[in-house]
Amino acid sequence: MSLYDKIFPPRITTLPNGKSVAKPRSRAPVVILVILALSYVSVKVTGFDLSVVVRRSKEFFVIFARMVPPEWGYMSRVWKPLMDTIKMSLLGSAVGALLAVPFATLASTNIVKNKVLVAAMRLFFSLVRTLPTLITALIATYIFGLGTLAGTIAIAVFTFAYLGKVLYEEIETVDMGAFEAMESMGVTKARAFVFAILPQVAPSYFSNCLFCFEGNVRYAAILGYVGAGGIGLILNEKIGWREYPSVGIILLALFVTVFIIETISREIRRHLT
Amino acid sequence: MKDSISAMYEKRPRTWATQALLLALALVLLLWSGLSIESSGSGTGGGKIALNILSGLAHPDTGLLFNFTKQGVAYLLLETVCIAFLGTVVGAILAIPLAFLSASNLMPKPIAFVARVFIMAVRTVPTFVYGLVFVRMVAPGPFAGLLTMSLSSIGMVSKMYIEAIEDLDAGVLESLTAAGCNTLQKIRYGVLPQLMPGFASTAIYRFDMNLRDATVLGLVGAGGIGAPLIFAMNAYRWNEAGSILWGLIILVLLIEFLSTRIRVKLARG
Repeated sequence: MSLYDKIFPPRITTLPNGKSVAKPRSRAPVVILVILALSYVSVKVTGFDLSVVVRRSKEFFVIFARMVPPEWGYMSRVWKPLMDTIKMSLLGSAVGALLAVPFATLASTNIVKNKVLVAAMRLFFSLVRTLPTLITALIATYIFGLGTLAGTIAIAVFTFAYLGKVLYEEIETVDMGAFEAMESMGVTKARAFVFAILPQVAPSYFSNCLFCFEGNVRYAAILGYVGAGGIGLILNEKIGWREYPSVGIILLALFVTVFIIETISREIRRHLT
Repeated sequence: MKDSISAMYEKRPRTWATQALLLALALVLLLWSGLSIESSGSGTGGGKIALNILSGLAHPDTGLLFNFTKQGVAYLLLETVCIAFLGTVVGAILAIPLAFLSASNLMPKPIAFVARVFIMAVRTVPTFVYGLVFVRMVAPGPFAGLLTMSLSSIGMVSKMYIEAIEDLDAGVLESLTAAGCNTLQKIRYGVLPQLMPGFASTAIYRFDMNLRDATVLGLVGAGGIGAPLIFAMNAYRWNEAGSILWGLIILVLLIEFLSTRIRVKLARG
């Protein structure tokens, strides 16, 4: 920051009362240059070509056009995988969210004074978070076999990593006064944590859980692709057979489900905060 | 003194009935979902495969890891970063008009509602469906991946943009009007400074997410590091998978570190 100001000295304005104000030069040109340079490299590497997009943009709608009208009769076969997807996300989110609490507590600097333990926990969270969910699901299908169990575990792992990080950041910003007061009255650390810290983080924790669940329902649709159960299984199958009207009804069912879940969860979250 | 404390304690809110109800509801939901979990059960080989995966991670294929040709991990990672970067840029730009259309403080209610439903519909279609469509539209490869990324970014990015737009402080605009600014000046000095940090922060966050999600593109042949990784895993070549995974983990950690630094700076101004 200071180096930049040395190269491009700030503009000095002298006010009518004799004082002078320094306005640092804008960083925008540098940022724009960097973005343009990176975009140029990306265009070269990926072979981006706008003319192809314009020329063949009709093709984009061809598949979607074949999905209407949706094959309504197929709906009877969609229910079970759709419910499987919801169940997978629900159980996976719950397991992941519960597991995240003790680990996130161990990763908060204001509760645990041992720096090594905190650093180790954070590294663990970061490592788990870098694993793409799809790869976790693939590994889970190898270990636990095909089916919804693998998908549930993949969702639990993802939720654990995501909520864990959010939760320890949340715990670190709570008001420590109540906790210290309880400790000074002779309450054990664990009890003080339950009665002084948890009530403070609970609303945002539940709100984040719901948010995660929403996203997981959507994400669970992909997991079927690697055999981890749910609606992705039939979606993948129908796309493979090019039965686009059936694909249309699956996507429509997914859309309605996600819409309902999001509406309910938004209502609950509004009450929580 | 003690009496007043116990009097207050007696007056504490008692919500155990609602709490018990909520707990029961949660338990019923969990039982409902837990009882139907199924798997084809390959319990016998599972432990061995887990050990193989771990040993693959411990002994990555260094030849692949330090191979700087087009088949090496380094190039694949570069391709993935490029897909995620340009995809985010395109998506973030496309999301701007959509977000303004669905901001309820600027647009009439019906238009905002339609735009919101549209954004949700775009968001519901799973990434790999877009991938398949784009692979058909332009040839398989990173270009298709880029288009997929940009389309699947739109949903979340515009949702966050909308929140930023709805939080706009109208007072600033009013005072600019009072000072005699025209519309262009109001946008330049009143709207842009309020929106830019939020928009930039959202785009950077989405870039982070796109990088993690880029493995999905490999499923449909839309470029990136996903395809080689999934091939290696399907063929049980754990050393190869290990080296790709290490490359991906280091890259994601690095990008996350950088993006958090930039976003903290943006948030503090």
